[in-house]
Amino acid sequence: MRGILSGSGYVPHYRLNRSEITTFLGAGGGKGTRAVASFDEDTTTMGFEAARRCMRSSGVMPDSLLFATVTPSYVDRTNSTAIHAALRLPEMVAAIDMNGSVRSASGALRLALASSSTSLVVGADTRSGLPTSTDEASGGDAAAAVLIGSDADGALVAEHLASAAATDEFVDRWRQPGESRSKVWEERFGEVKYLDCGQRAWADALSRASLAASDITTLAVAGLHARATKTLASRLKVRSALNDRVDTIGNPGAAQPLILLIDALEQASAGDVIALVVLSDGAEVHLFRATGVALGAGKQSMTVAAQANAGKPLAYGKFLSWRGALTVEPPRRPEPARASSSASDRNAAWKFGFVASRDTKTGEISMPPSRMADGGPGGGLEAAPMADILGTIATFTIDRLAYSPSPPIAFGIVDFDGGGRLPIELTDVRPEDVLIGGRVEMTFRRLSSSDGIHNYFWKARPVPSASDEGEI
Amino acid sequence: MASHGIRDRVAIVGMGCTAFTEHWDFGIDELLVAAATEAWVDAGVDRNDIDAYWFGTAQSAMSGIALARPLKLHDKPVTRVENYCATGSEALRQACYAVASGAYDSAMAVGVEKVKDGGYAGLNAFPIPSDGTQRTLTAAAMFSMVIPAYAKKYGVNEDTIREVAARIASKNHYNGARNLKAQFRKEMSAESICAMPSVAGRLSVFDCAGVADGAAAAIVVRAEDAYKYTDKPLFVKALSFVAGNGGGLGDPAYDYTTFPECVATARDAYKQAGITDPLKQLAMAEVHDCFTPTEMVLMEDLGFAERGSAWQACLDGTFDLNGTLPVNPDGGLKSFGHPTGASGLRMMYEAWLQLRGLAPENRRIATADRGLALTHNLGGYPGEMVSFVAILGNALD
Repeated sequence: MRGILSGSGYVPHYRLNRSEITTFLGAGGGKGTRAVASFDEDTTTMGFEAARRCMRSSGVMPDSLLFATVTPSYVDRTNSTAIHAALRLPEMVAAIDMNGSVRSASGALRLALASSSTSLVVGADTRSGLPTSTDEASGGDAAAAVLIGSDADGALVAEHLASAAATDEFVDRWRQPGESRSKVWEERFGEVKYLDCGQRAWADALSRASLAASDITTLAVAGLHARATKTLASRLKVRSALNDRVDTIGNPGAAQPLILLIDALEQASAGDVIALVVLSDGAEVHLFRATGVALGAGKQSMTVAAQANAGKPLAYGKFLSWRGALTVEPPRRPEPARASSSASDRNAAWKFGFVASRDTKTGEISMPPSRMADGGPGGGLEAAPMADILGTIATFTIDRLAYSPSPPIAFGIVDFDGGGRLPIELTDVRPEDVLIGGRVEMTFRRLSSSDGIHNYFWKARPVPSASDEGEI
Repeated sequence: MASHGIRDRVAIVGMGCTAFTEHWDFGIDELLVAAATEAWVDAGVDRNDIDAYWFGTAQSAMSGIALARPLKLHDKPVTRVENYCATGSEALRQACYAVASGAYDSAMAVGVEKVKDGGYAGLNAFPIPSDGTQRTLTAAAMFSMVIPAYAKKYGVNEDTIREVAARIASKNHYNGARNLKAQFRKEMSAESICAMPSVAGRLSVFDCAGVADGAAAAIVVRAEDAYKYTDKPLFVKALSFVAGNGGGLGDPAYDYTTFPECVATARDAYKQAGITDPLKQLAMAEVHDCFTPTEMVLMEDLGFAERGSAWQACLDGTFDLNGTLPVNPDGGLKSFGHPTGASGLRMMYEAWLQLRGLAPENRRIATADRGLALTHNLGGYPGEMVSFVAILGNALD
């Protein structure tokens, strides 16, 4: 039996209140909030955050990593290799991008379910549109990851029952490569097309699983055509339609199919049948039965629901500047040089994996890793992975002079639990909220980009807690 | 560890120092010619009389050729040295050792920095290709962490330490206002400095060293030859240098209230010079006040004040021009300006003037008869710095 071994969602820290768009521009906006990736996040870093949480709750090593997004940080080179490096996966684990549309994410899931090997499927997206557009307001930024394998690999959280597809070529939504906005055809045409192919795929999937619509416990419909997803959800006459969380997170595009699936599983009871329908250039349907094994058993990450309700507000002007829609005065400091490819490669364990060194005699942890043991004769160095170790802010400062894509820089001297100290940039925190003694976790971020090369490394951010909920 | 020093084996017999300012009309060639010429004239020599040259610049030029060309040196050994903001001191240290070794009879150290051609405010290190994981923090931000750390450790209100820092800036502005070669020659009250907006931690731009172009030079000869050049030589009593290994950055025990590299160089220098009570024995000190809290901590690290007491001593005026031990009587980095490769030699230039009674009357120290001056020059950040301490004296022991 194949199915889902683990899964986790990642919703970034910031929320844009949609009414701020209306206040700012006199148009657009709406009710609720949308999740916004920080200036130092992209689909690669968010994808990694989801993937690490997914991997943390499963001891199973995948054979391949499949990464789907509509907004890759690079083309002509693979993005999932950075996720692979940050996860410290062995080189025999293949990392493959499947980019371009929401269907890519559903397709990665389909291929993983159909294969005989274990796959880590990651979907991530940052969604934008022109100011005041529906895409801008209703889009969201998020990532999600599921580990697909068989019950021989470990206890399944959900068994895969069947999948079906109805592929269709019609132009409902489109974007030229490199453009920041999508365009859409008039709404009704897409709705009719999606209702049609959605119902065909649905019937096919039920038939393959020998189930009736009344056997389905929870229905999740993903897709960028909001009206089609809503109408189809009501047409399919399933007991319970999942809250799509567009009112808090927004629609996170290529991350939506997986994040809805995880959200449903996090709420499921043993025996529940979950249907995931994805409307993107045709339709795909995936049916699962929850086994009662908890998602993320024993290694508690915040649920999608908890993350959706957490977060801190972001001003619309900041949102526009982070998206490059509003050019603000840059700091009058030299821009950082591009990261050296060869130096980055040589130091990949540190740069991507955040692996320090530990002196085997003295126990001293060095960040970056030391090249020479300090402990005298017979001493040596061993790898000390620090990415999942929490730390405490010993002291900090706010730098209004240093270069940053979004000044000022909050900078902390972080003491790690069990030893090791690193002066490191803080993120997902307002300068006035940084505290000595504050607890931080490490997060993989894009520090800057120069000459088109993204400089990925680690920052520290306050450990999110349930008390962050409802602060918007 | 042996550190024998070269007490009284080498003497400075001539010095030069340009004004430190925004020299829009001068490049490093003009600055080098000006400083070197002043030193040659001061010592009554010409360029061919000097056997070897040490050329300090942090990032304005490369190789000895950059000095040999503007000074039109013929067949002279010229060594370019760099050691962060202690580059000027390092040039002098090497020149002194060369003469003390007997390899040369005379040597000249020249330091220069042309920082105002970069087009950005502040100092900016040139980028060395890297994996992109290095800190991007400014020096101001790194040193700003001293204020809360010191306040916490000694149970002093952070606002009080903020006032101490402003008091230090105000003192250095007072001294610099009496120095025709200083970049900023305007007195500033501590209150007005406290009112400035913060740029890094609680530091404002008025807590930071002036950014200026400039050059300085010193000629050194064997001590026994010194009086052939001048009747008032300065003898080198001690030279100490430490390059930290950066361990403080990763050491959970490091608390940002002291600079261990500076403590080590002070201890070594005092031993070389036979100094036991620096506050009483020294006539003056020029210290590396790159940021105001740096000077406060240095008062303890250099042994001028007990641990936890420097803030009070600063408020009491102990280090004022007319205080127990005048510190930075020329205005310091704060007011004189900080062309990195020249600053270490500029500090010695003030000792050269004060210990020989040549400083202008309105900033002449009353303690000159003690006959000993300390210069302290550092580069880098708390936890990861180089430190230099020299002791100079106007008489042989």
